[in-house]
Amino acid sequence: MGRLCTLLGPLSVSHGAASPSPILFRELYLPPMHPLLSSPQGSLWKIFHLSHKVTSVVPESALLIVLGLVLGGIVWAADHIASFTLTPTVFFFYLLPPIVLDAGYFMPNRLFFGNLGTILLYAVIGTIWNAATTGLSLYGVFLSGLMGELQIGLLDFLLFGSLIAAVDPVAVLAVFEEVHVNEVLFIIVFGESLLNDAVTVVLYNVFESFVTLGSDNVTGVDCVKGIVSFFVVSLGGTLVGIVFAFLLSLVTRFTKHVRIIEPGFVFVISYLSYLTSEMLSLSAILAITFCGICCQKYVTANISEQSATTVRYTMKMLASGAETIIFMFLGISAVDPLIWTWNTAFVLLTLVFISVYRAIGVVLQTWILNRYRMVQLEIIDQVVMSYGGLRGAVAYALVVLLDQEKVKEKNLFVSTTIIVVFFTVIFQGLTIKPLVQWLKVKRSEQREPRLNEKLHGRAFDHILSAIEDISGQIGHNYLRDKWSNFDRKFLSKILMRRSAQKSRDRILNVFHELNLKDAISYVAEGERRGSLAFIRSPSTDNMVNVDFSTPRPSVVEASVSYLLRENVSAVCLDMQSLQQRRRSIRDTEDMVTHHTLQQYLYKPRQEYKYLYSRHGLAANEDEKQDKEIFHRTMRKRLESFKSAKLGVNQNKKAAKLYRRERAQKRRNSSIPNGKLPTESLAHSFPLGDKDLELSDPEEAPNYDAEETNGGIEFLANVTKDTASDSPTGIDNPVFSPDEDPTPSILARAPPWLCPGEAVVPSQRARVQIPHSPGHLRRLAPFRLSSSSADSVPPPAGPEEPPQPGPRDSTHM
Amino acid sequence: SQASLVRLHHRFQALDRSKKGYLSRMDLQRIGALAVNPLGDRIIESFFPDGGQQVDFAGFARVLAHFRPVDDEDIGNRDPKQPEPLNSRTNKLRFAFQLYDLDRDGKISRHEMLQVLRLMVGVQVTEEQLESIADRTVQEADEDGDGAVSFLEFTKSLEKMNIEQKMSIRILK
Repeated sequence: MGRLCTLLGPLSVSHGAASPSPILFRELYLPPMHPLLSSPQGSLWKIFHLSHKVTSVVPESALLIVLGLVLGGIVWAADHIASFTLTPTVFFFYLLPPIVLDAGYFMPNRLFFGNLGTILLYAVIGTIWNAATTGLSLYGVFLSGLMGELQIGLLDFLLFGSLIAAVDPVAVLAVFEEVHVNEVLFIIVFGESLLNDAVTVVLYNVFESFVTLGSDNVTGVDCVKGIVSFFVVSLGGTLVGIVFAFLLSLVTRFTKHVRIIEPGFVFVISYLSYLTSEMLSLSAILAITFCGICCQKYVTANISEQSATTVRYTMKMLASGAETIIFMFLGISAVDPLIWTWNTAFVLLTLVFISVYRAIGVVLQTWILNRYRMVQLEIIDQVVMSYGGLRGAVAYALVVLLDQEKVKEKNLFVSTTIIVVFFTVIFQGLTIKPLVQWLKVKRSEQREPRLNEKLHGRAFDHILSAIEDISGQIGHNYLRDKWSNFDRKFLSKILMRRSAQKSRDRILNVFHELNLKDAISYVAEGERRGSLAFIRSPSTDNMVNVDFSTPRPSVVEASVSYLLRENVSAVCLDMQSLQQRRRSIRDTEDMVTHHTLQQYLYKPRQEYKYLYSRHGLAANEDEKQDKEIFHRTMRKRLESFKSAKLGVNQNKKAAKLYRRERAQKRRNSSIPNGKLPTESLAHSFPLGDKDLELSDPEEAPNYDAEETNGGIEFLANVTKDTASDSPTGIDNPVFSPDEDPTPSILARAPPWLCPGEAVVPSQRARVQIPHSPGHLRRLAPFRLSSSSADSVPPPAGPEEPPQPGPRDSTHM
Repeated sequence: SQASLVRLHHRFQALDRSKKGYLSRMDLQRIGALAVNPLGDRIIESFFPDGGQQVDFAGFARVLAHFRPVDDEDIGNRDPKQPEPLNSRTNKLRFAFQLYDLDRDGKISRHEMLQVLRLMVGVQVTEEQLESIADRTVQEADEDGDGAVSFLEFTKSLEKMNIEQKMSIRILK
């Protein structure tokens, strides 16, 4: 739809711009001109409005093919030569790479790797199955004589089977984009279409060389070679992609001073991976897909905000453009009498066989898969999967590549392929939407769920993942953990800028700006709610902001980007959300509530996924909430733990803590500004607490030391991490209580003040709070410690500033 | 089934480090991933009914049985006189309900809702907002106007949701 609108855009815009003045003109001055002026406009309007209706029913790809057919007809009528055709070179070197790169770069990684096993099975076994059965069955029918006299051998049939077997990524994307099926179904079909390229390429090459050799000369060795070459091609292609992704990430790490060419690098190096693997006759599609998948994280972290936006938009634009061109040219290329050879039996049987065998293959594989899958693939899903096996331009380009000398019936193959492509794209594309509706396939969520459903649904997800942990499933979640550890320890260190390494957790580079925007949004929200109450109480709220935005700006980022997404990027605004907003003006409070829940509800593990979408640019989900939850849980647990197990040590430790606090106070409370002492005091408490935390595992080794993934040891790691990232703990002046006259002090705030560790408030501080436990938990250390500091009169008089150096080393 | 029981028993023994024959809260709290689960502690609590300190394998399995997927055949063949199996929709819901209902009075009060919300919602939501969310949530589900959500109302508010699927784990079949 989007693309068609862009196509029609100029038309409608110029028309829309032109319309008011003629109407005025007509009504005021020239009534007789009425029919002349209004009728063309009226019809144009009708077409334009019709196009909305049409595109909601007919997939765009089908429309484009029809448009291509019309254009091809015009061209042919003009000079009786098919002047424009889709040549394989153009397709493989210029049109396909942007589409695949776009798919890889915006691949929902979690979803993709979560279903990788399923996808691989469908892509590899499924494609081989389709190719073999289709080829063999056609050959069988051919032997029965139903097709008449054809110069085709078994190998030709298998060759044809292999090129017609593969589900096409371009066609699948184009159709499934508009049918909003649930994300698992989508990623399976889509992933399959991407990954089966390796199989197709290998099968195609193998059979082509067999055909060249002639069926008599094919030996067993050749077959073995074929199988080996499959692994070489697929794994080699993947490897090339990963190597180039590594290279790309490394390059973008050092482009700080040449921001302007960053987006260029992304495209050039990805494209290089494509060309390289093509040159080595490996799977180029796999190479560029994995290049996109692997580099996305590091590249987005490395390049500047503007470059990232440029990359995103350019990629989407190129992919959309390429897709449009492909489908149009498919239509145009079909208008060429030279290539048409009709053989009813062959064409019809091909159609029947590819549909039937696809369905059988899907059912068989799903039956196997469902024994291992957690999310079962239901019958309905299987129907959609078999029905969604669309063939497209890849098959067409491959069949055009065939050598007329070797494959005698090339024209028959070409025309059959065109028929198959048109049939699947137009007919299946047309009917899949009603089918999905009729079968009530779980769609991606459209309506806004009720508050209760949303809340409890989220709760259920949490419950499930907890139960999974308890019942001890070790699945891809476990592997993912391992991988992310590896990533954090090694890969990110090499591939990301130093600033980006920090900002990956803390997103410092945009932090300043974001905080500002967040503040604005707070005000805006306050206005929306008709009260500025929570802004008027800066003492609490600013505290909260200072505290929590610093360790977890990702959350702040999320909220702001959410707002931005809603307000700025028109790409994501569909009609529904527009309506939502309009309604929200009426029912403000409800909107705010939903909005808040939507934003801030913790997401359970399985839900870190967003859908791949050609037109929409999904924002990255932030995953740093884990840390937040972890801190909160650990805080609670530590309390009970301390009181239960370390009751004896408690006093000693408290005394130690007290001494340290005194020392800190003497150091920190020296700042002349009236408000700052409170804050630096607040900082000083966490220090003591951190010591407490760190000492816990030592004192209770029987509980924690041997536990590898046990909570408390992990906590020690976390503190270590935060300590090493320490300079990020600097407060943002935006949220310090008032315009800070001495920002340098904040800037020099020592590393151990990093509020990441500040989450465990001291028992002592806690006791002194008269507030309700609710406040206590939420506002955590700042509020607590500031009030505890209030109880102790802050000593006055300038002393020496904080000295981060030695302290720091003790905590590393 | 037999196989999954055996598997669960292995898991049970793995969790039970000191071979006591029962699990304590500490054993469950040691599972690393639970620490980042906002409802982790609540769920651990649910393994220890009536404030007990330990849970044996039978109890362990009984809790997990709530999460068995619902089998269509089971429903067809079930003797109507027998009590509903633990994995029925109602019992799945009841399990969830009890996570909210801390004082076990059969109602989720506004306060209880607020507590759960506080666990599940990021820290940067102000208390004021949280309270208004809790109010709305309770209001939305509350039909008899007593300011609390009873189990019936809880069920009703979620009737559109596919609980059978949402609260099932494949591996526990």
